[in-house]
Amino acid sequence: MNNRKFGSPSGIAILCLILLALPPVAVAMGQPYAVTFMARVLIFGLAALSLNLILGFGGLTSLGHAVFIGLGAYAVSLMMQAGASNGFLHLAVLLVVGLLSSLIIGAVALRTSGLAFLMVTLALAQLIYFVGTGLRRFGGDDGFSFRGHADFGGLLTLSNDTSIYYYILFWIMLATVLMYRLLRSRFGLALRATMGNSQRAESIGLPVFRYRLVAFVLSGTFCTIAGGLLAYLTQFVSPAYMHWSRSAELLLMVLIGGMGTLLGPIIGAAALILLEEGLAMLTPHWQAPLGILLVMLVIFARNGISDFRVLFVLAIDRLRAKAKSPAENEAQVGTASRKALP
Amino acid sequence: MITPGLLLVQLFNGLQFGITLFLFTAGLTLLLGILNFMNLAHVSLYMAGAYFAVALGQWTGSFWLGTILAVPCTIALAMVVEYLAFRRLYRRDHLDQVLATFGLIMFFNEMARIVWGAGGLYVSVPAALSGNIVLGEAAIFPVYRLLIIGVGCLTAVGLTWLIRRTRTGMLIRAGADKPEMVEAVGIDVRRLFRWVIGLGAGLAALAGALSGPLFSVEPGMGDAVLILALVVIVIGGIGSIRGSFYAAMLVGVVDAVGRTVLPVLFSMFTTPVVADTLGPALGSMLIYLLMIGVLLFKPEGLFAVKER
Amino acid sequence: MSAVIHGYKAQSQRFVEHKAEPTSTLRRQSEALLSVRNLRKSYGGLVATANVDLDVREGEVHAVLGPNGAGKTTLLGQLTGQVRPDAGHVFFDGHDITRLPVHARARKGIGRSFQITSVFPDLSVLENVALAVQVSQGHSFRFWSNAMGAANLREPAQKLLERVGLAQHASMQAGTLSHGQHRQLEIAISLAGRPRLLLLDEPMAGMGSEDSSDMVKLLKSLKGQVSMLLVEHDVEAVFALADRISVLVYGKCIATGTPEEIRGNAAVRVAYLGISEGDA
Repeated sequence: MNNRKFGSPSGIAILCLILLALPPVAVAMGQPYAVTFMARVLIFGLAALSLNLILGFGGLTSLGHAVFIGLGAYAVSLMMQAGASNGFLHLAVLLVVGLLSSLIIGAVALRTSGLAFLMVTLALAQLIYFVGTGLRRFGGDDGFSFRGHADFGGLLTLSNDTSIYYYILFWIMLATVLMYRLLRSRFGLALRATMGNSQRAESIGLPVFRYRLVAFVLSGTFCTIAGGLLAYLTQFVSPAYMHWSRSAELLLMVLIGGMGTLLGPIIGAAALILLEEGLAMLTPHWQAPLGILLVMLVIFARNGISDFRVLFVLAIDRLRAKAKSPAENEAQVGTASRKALP
Repeated sequence: MITPGLLLVQLFNGLQFGITLFLFTAGLTLLLGILNFMNLAHVSLYMAGAYFAVALGQWTGSFWLGTILAVPCTIALAMVVEYLAFRRLYRRDHLDQVLATFGLIMFFNEMARIVWGAGGLYVSVPAALSGNIVLGEAAIFPVYRLLIIGVGCLTAVGLTWLIRRTRTGMLIRAGADKPEMVEAVGIDVRRLFRWVIGLGAGLAALAGALSGPLFSVEPGMGDAVLILALVVIVIGGIGSIRGSFYAAMLVGVVDAVGRTVLPVLFSMFTTPVVADTLGPALGSMLIYLLMIGVLLFKPEGLFAVKER
Repeated sequence: MSAVIHGYKAQSQRFVEHKAEPTSTLRRQSEALLSVRNLRKSYGGLVATANVDLDVREGEVHAVLGPNGAGKTTLLGQLTGQVRPDAGHVFFDGHDITRLPVHARARKGIGRSFQITSVFPDLSVLENVALAVQVSQGHSFRFWSNAMGAANLREPAQKLLERVGLAQHASMQAGTLSHGQHRQLEIAISLAGRPRLLLLDEPMAGMGSEDSSDMVKLLKSLKGQVSMLLVEHDVEAVFALADRISVLVYGKCIATGTPEEIRGNAAVRVAYLGISEGDA
């Protein structure tokens, strides 16, 4: 694994600075909505990052990961509604909920792999979704909203979007660092091996199920935390957070940004949300062009961002070639495509 | 109170739902078994069948004509999508197929919204079929549902004949068993694929068209059916028509009976409040629990004839 | 439905570190590292393994020879743990491992190489071997420190690569190697766990004569350090390597002995000549 996948250190530093400086700058420029927007991006970035652990590095396609977001959101919302607004308590509960739910779902789903795994995760997620829509006490289909703000003793109160934003930023930065270390650790090596060749992994003595389960639990737990953060931001929760189409969106975020990279999912989350919002500004029927774009994306630019780079470079080359002689064409286009492909 | 009559009715409803589910699932399981193609957009063909049936029914003034014409229209639509999108996905891995067909679902749902509006279209059962067969107290069987069962069974028989007795059917069975061999033998695989897509689309369209009067025809309809279809495929075994049939019947009956019986059973053990809250949820849970059970103990499916 | 596990029970056993107890005192053949007793496996009407008895002694190279369809793959499968026998037992170092899952057998000291080369394509060559070393050292639930930075992983891995002749390709991605290089990596991975017994599944498969003789040289160099059970088609290589040979025909073991004994064995002649005449 080379550093190209992680981006240059200076690039990451600049990114961090931008993210840290965003709220005061946005407010000063009279665009406070940018903070809310970025907060949402970061929440889903966190969820996509977590999903990428098992998807991009574990080779497991889960079509039910949104269920963890939903469970986290419900946990926080229910506690807030009951008057328990201590942020540390929320965190403790989120961890417990996340660990337990991912342990149970993982223990069942990981007895299969490949397509069957996809279907089981989908079915389990929908199961929980239907339970959510059926529970009238918790708002059923419509969900419910709550008032009030979480506080962490005297340290911090999540009273406005800016404070929530910084809390989210803390979590995503923490998750990124943890992920970085994890992928290079012994656990990371073992996990990547199970993705590449699980049969071989077993034959050298690696109990594949165990490692996948741990990865799944780590992934699910961080998604649950992301769900809690989402509740803080929207002060609302509904079963829709858990619908399988939300899980599909998470998968898309990872795909767009580039599976198997560290920061890709975060970029993918930003890209997809930007795309959705952008299209929504053009037409109320934004889902139609979005659907088509997604189909084309999967068919032509499956590796996400890196494919865009390649396609872009190839397109530029083709344009340049048109301005040259035929003999020069051959040589130029040939070497260019060999250079550009990763 | 659970009377024998009520149970019978639920059984009947379960069978009817099961047949509809079978029509929907048959195409999907063939796609998965032969083409190894996970096509979520199958649900959009179901929706298209329902919408076309309503639109054509209104245009021709006949429910029957509308329903019958909806099938070729949907097949035509499926062929276009096959040409534009599906055929580029056959060799891709399942993640790509899921995400691409998810995009298609999004597109088609929105198109339905654009053309027919976001609200549902309500079709009523034609007058000739709106009666009931009453066999006793609470044992009321709507004629229309009986019709669906009839049509469904006929289709199942026809499908079985197709698969077992015709050359195309033999190719389909061979393709389900060993897709690479079919290609090696020199069969034009692309034509076979198109055949399978068309067949599946026709069945889904029929399911959608017939379901119109029972559910509202709206964008995104079939969402629940899609998930249940996957459950049916797991229980019945991938690629097995017979398996899909029996599994669909099983799912339909368990679902219908479970939904009514479980809450009542529950209320015998706990307070009405809890029963009211958890009962219906448990009813729908039963199916998924069944699926998980199958995956854990007999992963190739309950009715699978051979291992894939 | 892809890659489904081999039985729910095998999975549940994984949570309990399975330490197989010697169920019976089968120590009369105390030199035998691996003992196969009355092994039987049928698929429907086809008997793939018909009451096979086999011994691999400590330090020997024992080859299993047989024409196509003899059941060599099924037999090997029952030794590695991928196939569950219908009847019979497999003993390793005195322990009954018949029902032990694949990864647990590896932990006990049984390594294997695959007929169709099986490496970790996305990892580098060095990472491939380092992983095998890591697994043999214990669990891998270490989440923070850099794996490849640890000397106790890098050094053994590097040494193994030198052993098989791949040291200069250490940082290449394993998926980009040539077929012969894959085979070498395959062996390195199998050796990394320092197995006492190596199960080799047709190691000469798909190799040209030069690669083949390289492989024979490599395996010869391992003699004495690790016991080997070699399932192979290539008769020449087998006769060059094996201390003892068992001949399998239609699932039955028809003869066991030294290469000379086998060469002179009438039943073997009939089985091979009779079948190989028609073999294209």
